[in-house]
Amino acid sequence: MKRPGRDEDPDRLYTVTGGRSRSAVGADAFDLVTLVVSESEPVRGMQSEHAAILRICRSPTAVVELAADLGLPVSVIRILLGDLLAAGRITARHPRTVRAADALPDPDILKQVLVGLRNI
Amino acid sequence: MDSATSEANPGTTQSASDRPPLLSTAANGLKIVIVGGFGVGKTTMVRAVSDIRPLNTEETMTRAGEGVDDLSAVRGKSTTTIAFDFGRISLNESTVLYLFGAPGQERFWFLWDRLFSGTLGAVVLVDTRRLDECWYAIDRLEAHGTPFIVARNDFGGPRHTAEQVREALDLSEDIPLVDCDARSRESSRDVLLALVHHLYALSTARTAREITP
Repeated sequence: MKRPGRDEDPDRLYTVTGGRSRSAVGADAFDLVTLVVSESEPVRGMQSEHAAILRICRSPTAVVELAADLGLPVSVIRILLGDLLAAGRITARHPRTVRAADALPDPDILKQVLVGLRNI
Repeated sequence: MDSATSEANPGTTQSASDRPPLLSTAANGLKIVIVGGFGVGKTTMVRAVSDIRPLNTEETMTRAGEGVDDLSAVRGKSTTTIAFDFGRISLNESTVLYLFGAPGQERFWFLWDRLFSGTLGAVVLVDTRRLDECWYAIDRLEAHGTPFIVARNDFGGPRHTAEQVREALDLSEDIPLVDCDARSRESSRDVLLALVHHLYALSTARTAREITP
């Protein structure tokens, strides 16, 4: 895959999303570390960024990794993912961190982190 | 267009095919943010513990700090780009910890909620020769209610006692202060362990309070 240039050209961002700032599906639902998995292969005629996402996400890939791979801001990636989710072409594995919006992390998850870190 | 860069070099970015894929069972992404001034060693620390070479990406926001609510605004000159880098550690079959190196400068904090809500906690990485650079970061973390610890990266400068550092940072006793060498995998891992121990203590203390009326 050819990596698109990191040109920060606003016109390119505008073109990639068709000028939209919101997708059909709530793009804000995608956390930086939501893991995205392809549910279908790219098809001919598909927008190149959508096709690239489907190829990369054959194995689970975080939203922020997609932003780095495609050289696009996170907010643009969220919009592209909203398109693919609405079309049923991806599934999203959202982070499960806290029990409530203002709560501290779940102790059980923290225990997993401690064990995992000790093993590195 | 205004552009802020961390010490990350976009030239080190690798393509997706160069890095090991996550297991197909990976299902839960977690976040820890390492905050610090320019050149304090954020990227060095991420690299020391990450399973992959650090990647670099960015987010764009309007000058008003609203995020990209209307992409037509991006066509004008009223946008700022915040760059940050990250790595990841697969903790077990389902859990992946993402580590973010984030610049502590003022405008970055407009993007905190948009990027880092749900973060487990933060490490404030400090150079004791330039302690004042992290005052603002500590203020903002407290304001956002994000639990954190402070790690001083050893640059071989004059030694300060922990008490002197605490005093300079106006750091309360219950916030851990640890020493580290960000180049060392073990030392950087120990910083993360110190943070997670702190979070665990906070989390279980709160649970106990909820159970005991």
